[in-house]
Amino acid sequence: MITTLEATQNRQRARYGAVVATLEGVSTSYGEVRALRNVNFAVYAGQVVALLGPNGAGKTTAVKLLLGLMRPDSGKVRVFGSDPTNPQNRMRTGAMLQVGRVPETLRVREHIDLFSSYYPKPLPLEEVLAAAGLEKLRDRKFGDLSGGQRQRTLFALAICGHPDLLFLDEPTVGLDVEARRALWEEIRRLAKRGKTVLLTTHYLEEADFLADRIAVINQGEIIAEGTPVEIKAQTSGKLIRCTTALSVENLLQIPGVNSAKQDREAMVIRVGDAESVVRTLLARDPSLSGLEITSAGLEEAFLALTQDNGQNKNRQN
Amino acid sequence: MSTAAAVLSNTQIERSTSQTATIYLKEAKYEFLKNLRLRVYTASVISFPLMFYVLFGLVLNAKATIGGMGLPTYLIATYGTFGVMGASLFGTASGLAADRGLGWLQVKRASPMPPFAYFTAKVVLSMIFSAIVVFLLLVLGVAFGGVRLPLMEMAKLLGTLVAGSLPFSAMGLAIGYFAGPNSAPAAINLIYLPLSFCSGLWVPYMFLPKVVRQIALALPPYHLSQLALGVVGAGRHESTATHWEVLLAFTLICFGVARIGFQRDKGKLYG
Repeated sequence: MITTLEATQNRQRARYGAVVATLEGVSTSYGEVRALRNVNFAVYAGQVVALLGPNGAGKTTAVKLLLGLMRPDSGKVRVFGSDPTNPQNRMRTGAMLQVGRVPETLRVREHIDLFSSYYPKPLPLEEVLAAAGLEKLRDRKFGDLSGGQRQRTLFALAICGHPDLLFLDEPTVGLDVEARRALWEEIRRLAKRGKTVLLTTHYLEEADFLADRIAVINQGEIIAEGTPVEIKAQTSGKLIRCTTALSVENLLQIPGVNSAKQDREAMVIRVGDAESVVRTLLARDPSLSGLEITSAGLEEAFLALTQDNGQNKNRQN
Repeated sequence: MSTAAAVLSNTQIERSTSQTATIYLKEAKYEFLKNLRLRVYTASVISFPLMFYVLFGLVLNAKATIGGMGLPTYLIATYGTFGVMGASLFGTASGLAADRGLGWLQVKRASPMPPFAYFTAKVVLSMIFSAIVVFLLLVLGVAFGGVRLPLMEMAKLLGTLVAGSLPFSAMGLAIGYFAGPNSAPAAINLIYLPLSFCSGLWVPYMFLPKVVRQIALALPPYHLSQLALGVVGAGRHESTATHWEVLLAFTLICFGVARIGFQRDKGKLYG
């Protein structure tokens, strides 16, 4: 597993070329708790890369290291070829972090005005407000905003300096579906303009939708890396959903069925090879209806990967 | 539009002097607006000294004199010191502790903000609010307390007290670096109120118990209040230079402690 990951990473270097930021053999810990273990990770120019993992996997730590907000216990962090704390880097970098409290008595446009002043060539205020969907909230005080509106304001602060490299730590946490979609579109627009984006998320759908490349991180280790298609391919399998008279026991006897469970009126069956199972199903139950076949989503891929990693470790032990 | 090549170009980005000046100005402007709209801050920092002055200087003891000087005049200097201390401690420590503890300072540090601009803004804010408090005390004193001071003397009093904001801003920064976001206001009050009493800011120095009078000599607010009293011709007529020296030394110590906090955070909270 580890050697294949390394091979994947080497292949990626060859494929994508220009490296904007790297973690090289980085380990960090908070007291006794290891946050990252020997992580190798690269961000390539013009790419949207997603760090995908559950809470506490080490995503935010990776972002903080790349922003120079933390130092690693061991290993090397480079951004634009130099130390991440280099003020030059920060003029080309925007960041959206998870933050407990933002000054509440300042208005949206005032926050943006201040952050814009930090950058040498900021975007015009109107453009920032439009990109973050804040036109109507410009005069609203931060304290009077809803959770989603606050997230959008923090996004505005990340992009207002017109940075080349953008870090978005869980950007859509707390957003409703509509606002999430809008932010996704905006991130795609940034990517089209050639920005390099590193985003962290535990929304699998989000990584799938936005990223050119996904690195799956769990318990401080990167356990898989590749395009969304490659990540999904690492777990073969499809999901069959149908309404059938067959019981779970009957279904499990069919060769190729990995698991089956009742989901409301329908049955959800995980299979390796969908075609042969479907043939058997139709033969055994002529009354079968509502047949749907889908690829195992990133969610399944992700679960399989994290479980696989656990087994892998057991084997090593 | 930036391309991959542009992303990697290593051109130095220079900030012009006027851009840097703009950052400092905006940082200070928004720090001021932020606190001006924060009722907790304005209420405690401006109203308390004014209320005390109205009560003890204008309502209760308006005709009293102290060392041949009208009490309303004397109290402008001492409540002025009290007000300056409050504006400076609350203007720096509580904001800094909250920004540090709740992640906002990290967001700012991830941006290209010059760190010094952040601290300067807090010190400037403290001075502005100090000036407002002293100015309002003077207005009250002149309008209702029969305070008669030459204009130059009033200006000098204002200048002295505003300059005296610096040691307490430094002290606030030091507290802000070592107090938690929730405990900071309590920590400030725990220092602010006893210090004010022992320095003779509420009860004039000569009426303090002997032990307290001994302690006062070691306290920065005592030295600032004596400087302020000196301007209006009251106080204990000690060497002005000594008072300034004590305040300067205190300022440097506090900045030193704040710097230790800054370095401690570096690499842990931010770099």
